[in-house]
Amino acid sequence: MQVTIRLFAGLRDIAGAADLVREVPAGATVEQAWQGLAGEFPAMAPHRASLSAAVNAEYARFTRALAAGDEVVFLPPVSGG
Amino acid sequence: MPQTPLGITLDEPDVRALIRLVTASDGQPPGRDGAIVTFLGTVRGENLGRRVVELEYQAYEPLAVRAFGVIAAEIADAWPEARVALHHRIGTLRPGDVSVAIAAASPHRAEAFKACRYAIERIKQIAPIWKREVFDGGEAWIEGSTADPSDSAARQAAYERACR
Repeated sequence: MQVTIRLFAGLRDIAGAADLVREVPAGATVEQAWQGLAGEFPAMAPHRASLSAAVNAEYARFTRALAAGDEVVFLPPVSGG
Repeated sequence: MPQTPLGITLDEPDVRALIRLVTASDGQPPGRDGAIVTFLGTVRGENLGRRVVELEYQAYEPLAVRAFGVIAAEIADAWPEARVALHHRIGTLRPGDVSVAIAAASPHRAEAFKACRYAIERIKQIAPIWKREVFDGGEAWIEGSTADPSDSAARQAAYERACR
């Protein structure tokens, strides 16, 4: 199934894109989507410990199962203000 | 500019508009509030000993607006008579520019001050907003908190900063 991955800040710079559409296995978790992404962009892998995630514009845990068409967002440490 | 109390904007936040939004947000007659506290966050021209040229802000807007809603609900929980309106700017900002504006209103000043301080502390903790600092000699994404609205220790820390 396909999911849309949105990236911000340093992750966006690494990918060179704000949005990616990627194939993940049916029932894949947020963590599995991340593993696929980190495999494609190894420079992202060290960021894992400080990331949070969102699915369809709601904060989500990495154990969350994805559905086809979901929008998955990986959020580096925030710095608003 | 957003016409809603909680929003992301490409333009300079308008504190007078925020005051109107926070005092008129629920159809109550005027005169309920005895205090309105405003906060403007501005781009500082020096950071970590380096001269800041500009800051580039990004936001994940739908989640940022929801995070602002979480913050407003937490304020209603902590100080039931206080309300906030806040707009955060994105895009490229230069030293002196306003990046965020908050207006907090309450019948009494103590709660308005606390609510305003709490709002900026929580924005820094949980709003999915990022800034890249371009400085003399380089650039870097600034990394603050790992965003987790369910982190009760972070929420408590923001509350204590607001109340001390």
